[in-house]
Amino acid sequence: MSENCNNVKLPSGDELILSSSPHIHDNQSVRKIMLKVIVALLPAAAAGVFFFGLPAAGVILLTLASCVAAEAIWFFLAKRPLSPLGDCSAALTGLILALNLPPATPWWVCVLGGFLAIWVGKQVFGGLGHNPFNPALVARVALLIALPAALTTWTPTGIEAADSEFELSTYATPLGKAAMLKTTATPHGSAHGDIYAELATDDAYWNYFIGNRGGSLGETSCLALLIGGIALMLMKLIKWQIPLVFIATVGVFSGAVHFFAPAMTPPALFHLMTGGLLLGAFFMATDMVTSPMTTWGCVIFAFGCGVITCVIRIWGSYPEGVSFSILFMNALVPLIDRMCQLRPFGYVRKKA
Amino acid sequence: MAANKPIPPKPLSFPGGIHPAKDGKSLTEKKAVVAAPLFDRYVVQISQNVGAPPKLVVKVGDAVKKGDLLAEASGFVSVPLHAPTSGVISAVGDAPGPMGTLVPAVYLDADGRDEWTANRMAPLDWRTAEPAELKNRVRDAGIVGMGGAAFPTHVKLSPPPDKKIDTVILNGAECEPYLTADHRLMLEQPEKVLVGAAVMARALGVENIFIGVEKNKPDAIDKLNELAGKYGVKVVGLKVQYPQGSEKQLIYALTGRCVPEGGLPMDAGCVVQNVATAAAVCDAVESGVPLIERITTVTGTPLAAPGNFLVRIGTPVIRLVELAGGVTEEPRKLILGGPMMGFAQRSFEVPVAKNSSGVLLLAASEIVQYDSAGCMRCGMCLRGCPMHLSPGPLSMLIENEKFDLAAQNHVMDCLECGACAYACPAHRPLVQHMRRAKAEIRKRAKK
Repeated sequence: MSENCNNVKLPSGDELILSSSPHIHDNQSVRKIMLKVIVALLPAAAAGVFFFGLPAAGVILLTLASCVAAEAIWFFLAKRPLSPLGDCSAALTGLILALNLPPATPWWVCVLGGFLAIWVGKQVFGGLGHNPFNPALVARVALLIALPAALTTWTPTGIEAADSEFELSTYATPLGKAAMLKTTATPHGSAHGDIYAELATDDAYWNYFIGNRGGSLGETSCLALLIGGIALMLMKLIKWQIPLVFIATVGVFSGAVHFFAPAMTPPALFHLMTGGLLLGAFFMATDMVTSPMTTWGCVIFAFGCGVITCVIRIWGSYPEGVSFSILFMNALVPLIDRMCQLRPFGYVRKKA
Repeated sequence: MAANKPIPPKPLSFPGGIHPAKDGKSLTEKKAVVAAPLFDRYVVQISQNVGAPPKLVVKVGDAVKKGDLLAEASGFVSVPLHAPTSGVISAVGDAPGPMGTLVPAVYLDADGRDEWTANRMAPLDWRTAEPAELKNRVRDAGIVGMGGAAFPTHVKLSPPPDKKIDTVILNGAECEPYLTADHRLMLEQPEKVLVGAAVMARALGVENIFIGVEKNKPDAIDKLNELAGKYGVKVVGLKVQYPQGSEKQLIYALTGRCVPEGGLPMDAGCVVQNVATAAAVCDAVESGVPLIERITTVTGTPLAAPGNFLVRIGTPVIRLVELAGGVTEEPRKLILGGPMMGFAQRSFEVPVAKNSSGVLLLAASEIVQYDSAGCMRCGMCLRGCPMHLSPGPLSMLIENEKFDLAAQNHVMDCLECGACAYACPAHRPLVQHMRRAKAEIRKRAKK
């Protein structure tokens, strides 16, 4: 049947598309989400390159490329189509991993990290959506344990290096310095236990805020991370409960410890602005695949991340605990999701 | 009269749901209802109600008048069917049905005189009529749920004695994108809607009457409010949110009550009817007119002049496409109903039924066919689901044919509203999965 209406033919029955409802779609896609998160990470990446110079750009490009290559090689070896590469999730993993590496990571560590992330962190479990752990963190922690020297060699920022009083031999991240101060200070050495005073000056906080401090490539600039993180929250691409609860838990926990035992740990603000907390809270704990699906699940998950981060930072042998805390809570996600399973609308408890 | 229980504060919305970016209502919401001309042939499907199909009482060659009985109710959950115009039955046979299969139908060749039958029902004074009389009239007029469900209305008006009904709710939410038929009805014939509501409340012995309307129809809310007091009806503006017009969500928004899982609105003391059904009830009672025509939105960007039309039941969709000015761009999808829950058709010959609230054409550029990817647990389906299910995890259970686990996870509560599939960034066919599981579980339960 093709009757003429305004000279445009109606299609015959066979040409009409049949499909199940709904017939319209949000037009959101995995690729679009991944690209938006990548864009949201660009300020942090740019800050890293600004403060640590061109070698940092090399680390970013190399890690990103090796993640994409690792995924392509996996698909090739597994005789699977290469089309899932288009979802950009491997590129995002690569970028996040790069931002978690020291700015002067050797090239072979970057390549190894990319393969660890994609192969061990993601594809062995069945690819996107099936990995229990954040792939970038799997790679970072594996590298940290296997190659501690390469992963804890910190570079001063360009501004720090230009400082006349700068000493490369004792260079460390703020969290590292705090750990050193803790171990070297005599228990009753300084009055009121204010041994962390030099780390918590207004100047120091300003440097932490803009990113002028030692640390992983993309974790140093609070400003850049907040821009990207808040953009993601506004676009509803991350569940806002996770970063908020994570950061608040770290703030309250470390603040309380500092209040009762000032020699134990620096003040809460120091904890919030140093280390990988903001990068972890906004971009890694919120990974869709490895975080809970339910709202209350997210709250529990983020609370756990915050507590474990503080425990490691204050009592652990590593100065930083964000990566470990997220990985540990990742493992609990299936349990949390089960605990927080939604009750259907109108749910009636079955009588026993 | 049942005593009115206090109604808790109204939430005016429900948790979950989505907000479709393009609601398409602007195509037709300003278009006044136009009565379709008489066409030369109508194809009246025999089974247009949920329940037992009515029994045919005419044969080929019979001359019928407008409003004559074509088929009579064959049980309690069944309604009669009436001739949409006067003419001759030219055939009784298969016709394209709304679900893509051939269904039995009566072909009626119109004689062009459109004469009323001599057996037309007498008007009733609903203010004095007995409830039983009103219910019989609703059944005899062949009225079914016109919002899409096609459930016989008189059955809803006859709850079992152990269910106490204290509230009648009219559904004017019209949350489906593109559709504006109910909107125009409320705007142009508010009195009919209100009378219909009052009739049904009287049939049920209930005094508490609500009309829930989404706030994107402020003109309709104002119009209804002008007259509502006269009939004791409360008009309530609701948050614009899909699927606000779903029975359970509407009851919750208006009364704060939850229909228990697996239950019916009457378990929450409510009877919910579409506004178009109410208008049909008013016609049946006040003028003795059976359900032979309805307002249908004919819309979509390919159409030259989309609009709202008063069409006879049995009008082939092709006639409506012509009525809407024909197409200026080739449509690739024909949908009976709205874009969220409507059914894609494979023939323009499919006729309008009592529950056809809309005819929607989509152009090739508006149709996106996706390859679905694996679930990445983003949780957007959970946030969209008005029933608080977990469509993503459920779909994985169903892919692995774990139907018993899907049932344990409440898949049977799914409304098939499509909110999850609309939101899914991995483009998973979630509604299809749910439908498959529901069918499979029902099949197994029968064994």
